[in-house]
Amino acid sequence: MAARGGPPGGAGRLRHPPGATARPSTVLAYLIRRLTAVVVMLLIVTLATFAIFFMIPKLTGTDPALLFVGKQADPAAIEGIREKMGLSDPVLVQFWKFVEGLVAGRDYANGVDVTHCPAPCFGYSFRNEQEVWPVLTSRLPVTLSLAAGACLLWVIGGVAAGVVSALKRGSVWDRSAMSVALAGVSLPIYFTGLVSLAIFSYALDLINVDYEPLTQNPGKWFESLILPWITLAFLYAAMYARLTRATMLEILGEDYIRTARAKGLGEGVVIGKHAMRSTMTPILTILGLDLGALLGGAVLTETTFNLPGLGQGAVRAISDKDLPIILGVTLIAAFFIVIANLVVDLLYAVIDPRVRLS
Amino acid sequence: MTINQPELVAPRAPAGQFLAVRDLRVHFPTDDGLVKSVDGLSFTLDKGRTLGIVGESGSGKSVTSLAVMGLHTAGLHGNQVRARLSGEIWLDGKELLGSDPDEVRRLRGREMAMIFQDPLSALHPYFTIGHQIVEAYRVHNEVTRQAARKRAVELLDRVGIPQPDKRAKDYPHQFSGGMRQRVMIAMALVNNPELLIADEPTTALDVTVQAQILDLIRDLQKEFGSAVIIITHDLGVVAELADDILVMYAGRCVEKGPAEQVFTTPRHPYTWGLLGSMPRLDRERSDRLIPVKGSPPSLINVPSGCAFHPRCPYGERVGAVTRTEVPVLREVGPRHEAACHMAAEERSRVWTEEIAPKL
Ligand SMILES: Nc1ncnc2c1ncn2[C@@H]1O[C@H](COP(=O)(O)OP(=O)(O)OP(=O)(O)O)[C@@H](O)[C@H]1O
Ligand code: SF4
Ligand SMILES: [Mg+2]
Repeated sequence: MAARGGPPGGAGRLRHPPGATARPSTVLAYLIRRLTAVVVMLLIVTLATFAIFFMIPKLTGTDPALLFVGKQADPAAIEGIREKMGLSDPVLVQFWKFVEGLVAGRDYANGVDVTHCPAPCFGYSFRNEQEVWPVLTSRLPVTLSLAAGACLLWVIGGVAAGVVSALKRGSVWDRSAMSVALAGVSLPIYFTGLVSLAIFSYALDLINVDYEPLTQNPGKWFESLILPWITLAFLYAAMYARLTRATMLEILGEDYIRTARAKGLGEGVVIGKHAMRSTMTPILTILGLDLGALLGGAVLTETTFNLPGLGQGAVRAISDKDLPIILGVTLIAAFFIVIANLVVDLLYAVIDPRVRLS
Repeated sequence: MTINQPELVAPRAPAGQFLAVRDLRVHFPTDDGLVKSVDGLSFTLDKGRTLGIVGESGSGKSVTSLAVMGLHTAGLHGNQVRARLSGEIWLDGKELLGSDPDEVRRLRGREMAMIFQDPLSALHPYFTIGHQIVEAYRVHNEVTRQAARKRAVELLDRVGIPQPDKRAKDYPHQFSGGMRQRVMIAMALVNNPELLIADEPTTALDVTVQAQILDLIRDLQKEFGSAVIIITHDLGVVAELADDILVMYAGRCVEKGPAEQVFTTPRHPYTWGLLGSMPRLDRERSDRLIPVKGSPPSLINVPSGCAFHPRCPYGERVGAVTRTEVPVLREVGPRHEAACHMAAEERSRVWTEEIAPKL
């Protein structure tokens, strides 16, 4: 029992205490403990990313100040930037100032001019001297739109296909659905994405894929996202269909399903209520984690469809050696993953009564 | 697949019998061959009486009870193996094997109910026990949730769950094994079924709890007056509860009769073996008759003639007929039948002289 769809993250443990119910105080204590862990986790990720990205220029011999002002700048300007950005401070001091900036905002000053960067301050882009945070917040809605729409599609499509396959196992439907699903999990996004682009956008000229925000032009927003949604959803729907099918088949063999039939329940209730309730448990768990990971940026999809989301931002920043942006995207991604883990653990305690938060 | 008798010879309901199973066969086609789990089983049961079905693991006890409940044909999906059923199952004047599956479904849980071996796996882990009992009641009764809930709490109380209205909100994992089985019993009884099938209801429980559950079933049967089939491989259980005993071997009945008769004058070598393997407190283990040697037969290649012959210590005395001809049930006493080629006098002599003294 415990082996199936055990709680991820290992934080919720399965216990079977007769008559035990979680008291609010234990839940609160649990929450405080987990949130502290989240903060510590994010600090560690920040430190690690910070160390890696701010060590790279030292190792490769490139000077971040040079990236800022351009190769032809005069030495005085470079020195000014270096001082203003604190680039000559020891790494730990830089790290401390960075964290301080995240929490409380910070001032960049070199005696001559002062630039205030409000919290959460992720610093300035090396490339265009824009603040990193607004860059991130302008890209986040794109990623969010992509993830939410695709998620809706793949959950509905994947679960439905999986359930029907399980109920009609061995049928033509089952075999073809599972072949398509196998293709779905094995074909890379840039392949399926490019094929769909080639057909619907270039050849048939049906769909214009230039992104526009939902708030400005809902129609265009929708149009530009259809192909990315379907492409991304295809991959995940394939995985979810396989998972749903396997889980459903296992559940259908459970004794309590036979009990449900022995009560005289119709097959609709037996499947739709008793079997689905158990099948959805592991699926919701994985869904939480997948969504968390996606919110950090769907790199391949965004690049393939030229969507100005976090993933595309990260790819550009890497080729631009724009370290503050890379650091910012990494932190956002880490944040979503850690939070998704927490949410999934909490959710697990709600949907599986055998799990106690401890 | 259900094989019905042609209309012309359509059999009529057996007079006066509440449950009558006639020549029941349940075969499963598998990759290795046809598994003949039940192969020509007949028995009857009246209201208010208890039938004990005994036999080793794999003798077809559960398959028989699932056949009565119509659970071999319910909820088959896709290319799942379909059991081949034939024969007749008469319940209260209705033949079930030939009936519309939906009609049988409406009888399930209402006229006939079942208690399963392992109450933890037989209860849904994600629904409260109150919810599960309420659901069982509301499928068959158009009542409000509150009325059903009242009924559920009433039954939980009746089967001996302390603080039933509070415990109804608990999940199965919050109960001990014995309490869980009481919940299962409450759920089975919620619609006052006229037939209750208990498939090894105490196997998963420890000894002291076993006795309590058996007492409970006995009391409830007196109170509700239902017909009860109790399935077990423990003769001690049926000795306590059953009016009649049916001994199964390899999907067939080898001996059946009033419990009293089967215990005091058993007339089949397999029953002797079962009696010999019954734990007795008043004897040293080494004094007892050696239990049935060897392992249960394959149900795909059932031994020829008497299926018990490879393990029977008396087969040699009887001769070749034991390996070539399937013995039929013959009367050996009032309402008492056994299927063995050995001459009746010889069997009664072997029992009184060789077996009984060692028990
Ligand atoms: N769906 C099925 N497909 C194939 N074989 C089956 C199926 N169900 C039961 N059998 C076989 O039928 C035989 C009888 O099984 P059954 O469960 O009735 O035994 P039992 O007498 O209840 O044993 P136990 O005491 O272990 O519960 C077994 O050999 C089993 O493997
Ligand atoms: S028929 Fe023969 S083998 Fe079978 S039980 Fe009787 S004596 Fe034994
Ligand atoms: Mg069984």
